[in-house]
Amino acid sequence: MMDVLSFPWIDFSVAGVVIGSIYALMAVGLALIFGVSNLINFAHGAVFTIGSYIGWTCLMYLGLPLWLSVFVVAIGGGMVGALIEWLAIRPLNRQSRIAPLLATIGVGLILDQLVHIIFSATPRALSADLPDWRVTVGTGTIGIVDIFIFATAVVSAGLLYLLLFKTKIGMAVRATAQDDDAAMQMGVKIHAVNMTVFATAGALGAIAGLLVGLYFNSIDPVTSFNIMLKGMVAIVIGGMANVPGAIGGGLILGLIESYGIGFFGASYRDLFAFAVLLLMLLFKPNGLFAKARERQAEPMTGTFVTQSRPFPIPWWATALVVLLAALLPMLDRPYVTQVMTNALIYALAGMSLTLVAGTVGMVSIGHAAFLAIGAYVSALLTLAGLPVALGLLSAGIITAVLGTGLAYPSFRLRGHYVSIGTLALGQIVVLVILNWDSVTNGSLGLYGIPPLEFFGLPLFSTNATYWFVLAIVVVAGLLQARLLNSHLGRTWRAIREDTVAAETYGVASNYYKGLAFGFAGFIAGIGGAVTAHQFSFIDYNTFNLLISVLILTIAILGGLGNITGAVLGAVLVAALPEMFRVLAEYRMMFYGVALILLIRFRPQGLLGSG
Amino acid sequence: MTSTPLLSATGITRRFGGITAVDNVDLHVAEGEFLSVIGPNGAGKTTLFNLISGQDRIDAGKVMLEGTDITNFPPHKMAGIGMARTFQHGRVFGNLTVMDNVLIGCHTRLRAARSTIPVVAPLLEILKALIRPKSVRDEEAAMRAEVREIVATFGDRLTPRIDQPTYSLSYANRRRVEIARALALHPRLLILDEPTAGMNESETAEMQGIIGELKAQGRTILLIEHKLNMVMQLSDRVMAMDNGKVISQGKPAEVRNDPKVIEAYLGHSAIGGDDHGAPGMMPLQAAGGAE
Repeated sequence: MMDVLSFPWIDFSVAGVVIGSIYALMAVGLALIFGVSNLINFAHGAVFTIGSYIGWTCLMYLGLPLWLSVFVVAIGGGMVGALIEWLAIRPLNRQSRIAPLLATIGVGLILDQLVHIIFSATPRALSADLPDWRVTVGTGTIGIVDIFIFATAVVSAGLLYLLLFKTKIGMAVRATAQDDDAAMQMGVKIHAVNMTVFATAGALGAIAGLLVGLYFNSIDPVTSFNIMLKGMVAIVIGGMANVPGAIGGGLILGLIESYGIGFFGASYRDLFAFAVLLLMLLFKPNGLFAKARERQAEPMTGTFVTQSRPFPIPWWATALVVLLAALLPMLDRPYVTQVMTNALIYALAGMSLTLVAGTVGMVSIGHAAFLAIGAYVSALLTLAGLPVALGLLSAGIITAVLGTGLAYPSFRLRGHYVSIGTLALGQIVVLVILNWDSVTNGSLGLYGIPPLEFFGLPLFSTNATYWFVLAIVVVAGLLQARLLNSHLGRTWRAIREDTVAAETYGVASNYYKGLAFGFAGFIAGIGGAVTAHQFSFIDYNTFNLLISVLILTIAILGGLGNITGAVLGAVLVAALPEMFRVLAEYRMMFYGVALILLIRFRPQGLLGSG
Repeated sequence: MTSTPLLSATGITRRFGGITAVDNVDLHVAEGEFLSVIGPNGAGKTTLFNLISGQDRIDAGKVMLEGTDITNFPPHKMAGIGMARTFQHGRVFGNLTVMDNVLIGCHTRLRAARSTIPVVAPLLEILKALIRPKSVRDEEAAMRAEVREIVATFGDRLTPRIDQPTYSLSYANRRRVEIARALALHPRLLILDEPTAGMNESETAEMQGIIGELKAQGRTILLIEHKLNMVMQLSDRVMAMDNGKVISQGKPAEVRNDPKVIEAYLGHSAIGGDDHGAPGMMPLQAAGGAE
């Protein structure tokens, strides 16, 4: 902790403004897209990565001058942006509002994997031939790179202003943002507008990618996600669809982070952003610059759950499948049994998510956090000497309580805010695990976690583990099904269909969301704990965003809210890529394509949503 | 009719930015009374109902229910003390069956299935739903039987469709489900926001018959309605609003013939031309889009 007087305010302010202007570039694109297309573009991070790699190709590989590189990056980013619109948004026009958001997650995965394949995952050096002088200002200095980054951001913002307010297409964009139906009736080509917006956002995001590369002198394919999250935090600060607000939000976030790093150290960098996000979501969900209390919009009836009924499966068919599943080890193919065990653990996670995302309608993009909590709880308790069975049980209970508490800030949110809130939740859990060294062993992870056993009965043979996990899945599935046909089931669905109407009829929606998260947390916590005991090693990265997306894909594939569907989805998504090596290698792309195709062609999932 | 008001709202005010949507409105409903609120679109009727039933927050004023201050109670508490409302645009739970929709109306009356014990209530509610002791099963069965009865008051409109999801119902049937859901709450005050909006003449007549029956049962009812014929026939008292203010109230006939009301509906004579529009005719759409 530093003394306030001796704190190098100027240096940290400069750093804050520079990083902040990069966040602002990201945020402006997200805000534009949110304003016009009403969705959060989760592929925006991929645009950023591609921008930095196009920049690297221009500067380091082709040796182009910097000004030309910026130009090429903008064009390239614009094209990628347009591609995202064409792939993920256009085909889903008029589907439920969460659908295109999920599709952008899929496109983002595909683009990320492409960058991995083309450029490999190793970081690359990036530098421009900028003179290495610094201006002294008071007690600090400003470098030429700082000035270049800030100037590029300002010029980009200026060009955006001209585009929006001085051109015809800009007017069409603003009209569509106000009311797309009315704009369409007046002859505005909505598709062209959407594409323009995505292209513009793409260009700005790609430039941000280049600038970050220049600032840190290196690029890699994994920073994008983080920067995208910062952009999202910035638009939450600025007020979702508010473009000038996004710039303000970016700068504010940059400064908060920079001062935070100055006072507390760099390892906490991301925690500040998410703390700010949570505070904003809790206290000023309309953003810092919102003028007054806004009127509540009409309900977002139409979460992702389409108007359909689940595919009826007779109980004896389910029982038969369970019986066959129990006989699987008789095939004597240990590898298959192992893969299926893994799939069944995912089934637990999928069942848990399908309850909150499907039955209650809170589409969570951070569900891996629940697994992580369960895994760490059980690992830590059993390493301290508790029997494994009690570790599993404690993992379930603690995840239920802790997870519900952590998810609580997102209960008041609706629609897309839920996605941001839960995404942040996932990141916060990862960051806490990473930074709470004394308990979690930080980045080193936990080793030597005791293997599965049930009060002295060893369960660590391949077959025993499989049967044990299968038993947990069956019991959890029966319990969840019983809840769904009680008053809780209809109450949860009512909240999903129309929270306002449910509240009006006496349903305290936060309380019932809490119950759902509690039960879901219990199941997911046990799932995470089983993983920990099976792997014997976990670290902060065991349950990352990719796992969250995977769980979401499982839940959607099976049919949101459909328990049997979640199990089927888990077997298809988690087991198939393992069976075919090619799929395993391009796993992310496989998930991405699966997600897009599903949302496009079978949004109700394989077995129907319920 | 008794003179002690069941519901009394005084000085109710709500501003949206620069617009005062509801401006210092007083509204009193006596036990068993049928009060209708009329006024052109944008007059602030729905906003007033939203404020009374807790959907929106009051900037100034006070709402009392039988002497208890319920100003700005959250909606689920309003339901708990017996206030039930339907929505102007119809808000059924599309993917739920008719039965489940109406059962949600019973939610506040669930005793066995829920728990009020602090701290452990969530756990108990889940455990009771899993174990389902006899008390819970009996309660559920009783509620279901009652829902069938309520649904039967709509003739054979809903009964044959009781296990169908409401998204598959016609518009008029969805409005009926909404009213059934409100009745399932056993409301002390029933608030109906344009129950016949979008209905044709015969459907309107049928709905009017049902509402008339509810009135005959002695229920306390607050109604927003544009169809003045219906208002005139059903109401004990009528209140007319324009621009967020009460411009007239009293017996139906008095309000109908009040020049201020006619002017609010038909516009100023200088602009609107003919000032002698037949009372009771369908109101014109006045300016203003806010509802």
